[in-house]
Amino acid sequence: MPSGAPSTDLWPRLEPLLPQVQKPARYIGCEDGMQTPEHGPDKTSWLFTYPDTYEIGLPNAGLQILYEIINERPDAAAERSYAPWVDMEELLRREGLPLFSVDTHKPAGEFDIIAFNLSAELTYTNLVNCIDLAGVPIHSARRSDADPLIAVGGHCTYNPEPIADFVDLVVLGDGEEAIGDITDLVGEWKRNGKNAGTREGLLRELSKIEGVYVPSMYEVEYDGEFLAAVTPRYPDVPEKVEKRTVADLADWPYPKQQLVPMTEVVHDRLAVEVFRGCTRGCRFCQAGMITRPVRERPAEQVSRMISEGLQRTGYDEVSLTSLSTADFSGIEKVVADTVSDQGVGQVSVALPSLRVDAFTVGIAAELQRARRTGLTFAPEAGSWRMRQVINKLIREEDLYGAVESAYSQGWRRMKLYFLTGLPTETDDDTLGIAELGRNCVELGKKYNSSASVTVSVGGFVPKPQTPFQWFGQNTEEELRRKVELLKNDLRGTKGVQLKWHDTRASLAEGITSRGDRRLGAVIEYVWRHGGTFQEWSEHFSIDLWLEALAANGLDVEWYVYRHRTEDELLPWDHLSAGLHKDFLWQDWRDALEELGLEDCRWTPCYDCGACTGYGIEHVVASATPPAGGSQGTGVDLSAGGAVPVTLQTSKPIGVGGS
Amino acid sequence: MRLRIAFSKHGKIRFTSHRDVARIWERALRRTKLPVAYSEGFTPRPKLSFGLALSTGHESEGEYLDVDLDPEQGADLDLAGLTTHLSAQLPVGMTATGVVVIDRRMPSLQQAVTSCTWQIDVRDVDESTAQAAIDAALAADELMITRERKGKEVTDDIRPLVFGLAVDQPIENGVRLIAELGTQPRAVRVTELLSALDPPLAEPLLNEPRVLRVHQWITTDDGERYDPMSVAAAASAPVGVA
Repeated sequence: MPSGAPSTDLWPRLEPLLPQVQKPARYIGCEDGMQTPEHGPDKTSWLFTYPDTYEIGLPNAGLQILYEIINERPDAAAERSYAPWVDMEELLRREGLPLFSVDTHKPAGEFDIIAFNLSAELTYTNLVNCIDLAGVPIHSARRSDADPLIAVGGHCTYNPEPIADFVDLVVLGDGEEAIGDITDLVGEWKRNGKNAGTREGLLRELSKIEGVYVPSMYEVEYDGEFLAAVTPRYPDVPEKVEKRTVADLADWPYPKQQLVPMTEVVHDRLAVEVFRGCTRGCRFCQAGMITRPVRERPAEQVSRMISEGLQRTGYDEVSLTSLSTADFSGIEKVVADTVSDQGVGQVSVALPSLRVDAFTVGIAAELQRARRTGLTFAPEAGSWRMRQVINKLIREEDLYGAVESAYSQGWRRMKLYFLTGLPTETDDDTLGIAELGRNCVELGKKYNSSASVTVSVGGFVPKPQTPFQWFGQNTEEELRRKVELLKNDLRGTKGVQLKWHDTRASLAEGITSRGDRRLGAVIEYVWRHGGTFQEWSEHFSIDLWLEALAANGLDVEWYVYRHRTEDELLPWDHLSAGLHKDFLWQDWRDALEELGLEDCRWTPCYDCGACTGYGIEHVVASATPPAGGSQGTGVDLSAGGAVPVTLQTSKPIGVGGS
Repeated sequence: MRLRIAFSKHGKIRFTSHRDVARIWERALRRTKLPVAYSEGFTPRPKLSFGLALSTGHESEGEYLDVDLDPEQGADLDLAGLTTHLSAQLPVGMTATGVVVIDRRMPSLQQAVTSCTWQIDVRDVDESTAQAAIDAALAADELMITRERKGKEVTDDIRPLVFGLAVDQPIENGVRLIAELGTQPRAVRVTELLSALDPPLAEPLLNEPRVLRVHQWITTDDGERYDPMSVAAAASAPVGVA
């Protein structure tokens, strides 16, 4: 679409299609807070797209924040789009209609930048599908100057290599500042007419922005199966791309006008981000590793955002979002302010990420006076030994204290989250999960005869930029065996309900999470064979993924199951979340030694790199750890029995149940 | 105190469901700070009661809901201007058109409404075909439809509930019908009526008609016909009717 063309409104052509699809309200926009910006040749336009359904994508805070920041600029405009469900896609393709924005129903291809949030690897085929539906060539190398730029952000971008062929630019880390810099450059290019042959030059300029990675600016070489080198193609392109970090959340009180959808979505409530980053140091947790350091929002600002947000939206529920929300040093003030706020009526407050201790339960009881939902705890592993390996330093007495406190205050059911397939895991560790579940129900029976616990088990998928990035994922058969072990052990146990994540989905996630650029052909294959909406069980197909690997001469064992060695060049080594590779390696060795690592918020710095490398610091209101619980600094790390287990360096552990 | 609110629903917002509209009202009422009464118990809900569900995709000039106010807070409520105030809190396409106070002993909208008037724009049909199909239907003793109820196929005669049916005017590439359809004991849907005609005037999914609910009616035992606002006004003074 040439610059300066009038904006197209597809609504008259979409409207007759809507009576024919499920949930037509997915496509109408109309949210409270929606913006319908003016477009023009002097305005850089962004289409923020979530590559899954509207219900999942609408609440995404990242997209909403960037949508507002861009629309505040007089020289830019932002709209939103979501992956159309399969019924709508079929109609769009039949009618020759493209992907569109929900705000003004403008064709996606008329935007300067289509930017996707990638929070889960299994949405990669939807990313490709959305690019195709937009009428844009799926391969960045085939795009012309007039085509929109395809950008991605979000947690998956810490290893974007599997999708490197499909995207023009990747934003690592916080987007608030980076999108401004990108808008400046793209705007200048647009005002100069997007002349033929200038796209490459623009991409090269973009690659110099802090936090921006342009995959096409790098040459990738292989040595057999191994990656040999990732080299910038020009001397002014950085060898290593560092993530972008917003130093102070107080400067970014967004979203100011949270979108209130007209139809039901997954988190249909106000959400206020209370801090970003986490230094608990759970070794399996990519989010905790890549979002450091901790940056708290001032408690007064949080209370104000809650009060104003509730009054503006009419919601009666607010969620305080962050990792491990009870670590927020202003939690007690915010609770007191919200509960006593006369202006907002009866409100319930959700803490989506609970810490496992009685203090947290006390807070939850205070907050959920109006409406009491279930409680969820995440001990993550079934034995103290295993929890030392993963650095989730919860003692059994902490869990039992929290659970008993909850039952005694009237809760009747709770959910416990666990991972299986963790490094060095033995069957005793796995069975410890069942044991914890049983013991929790026993505690509950003292207070309520119908007490119950849901034990939810997911297969562990090692993630890039974490200490476990070198670990060979358990095979699908092994994960399935462990689930069976738990099923058998819990058979006939009253009050414990076992739920487990599809182990085949963990395998597909494993294929995409640590892959290199050769995975691009695999993703394309799955997409071409109808493999969209892979996060949805009714559409997921592991056979398609395995077929795609085989068709491209690639091996599951090599990409998923094998342990990596210290000297191996990893596909994401040229991208940095601030963590020194030697810190990650040391932490990996410590994990195998069952050595815990304390939270650096309240103890001396161990130089992971996230603060020192960027010249920033934790922003916390309190220098003392929160009350209660062992997850602060008071824990005796040597507690529990020591079981020496060594990890073989290149074979999957315990395959086939030996 | 119980309020009855009338509202309309037009445009893009017509693709929201009945449940969606209920949530939209819950939020709008909270924003107006109206002292809505809540149910007791573990999960208190605002006491709202809606009339007959409007199918997703249909528009309306006659939607209603009843709202119970907290008796301790609602006593000295100033209702003047409430219609405008409510409209300001509703999304584009939804407008409050009137508010009256009603007697709490009045039957609910679900029970009281006896029929609805519908404006139906049918595409790809010429006027004479439509007229012939309507004449045949009105002349027939019965008009059978098959519908699914609790997983079983049930056959019903809807002829007794077709109170009126006529061609209103030709429109671009089609014809506009006006129908009055009964709602008791079970409401006849517009799509059910169209599919019962011979030939059917709308095939579901292909040329979906554009449907507008024009009125909801309450016909009393003595044959008097009211709309849900005026039946309330018969018992109490109207407040801020737009």
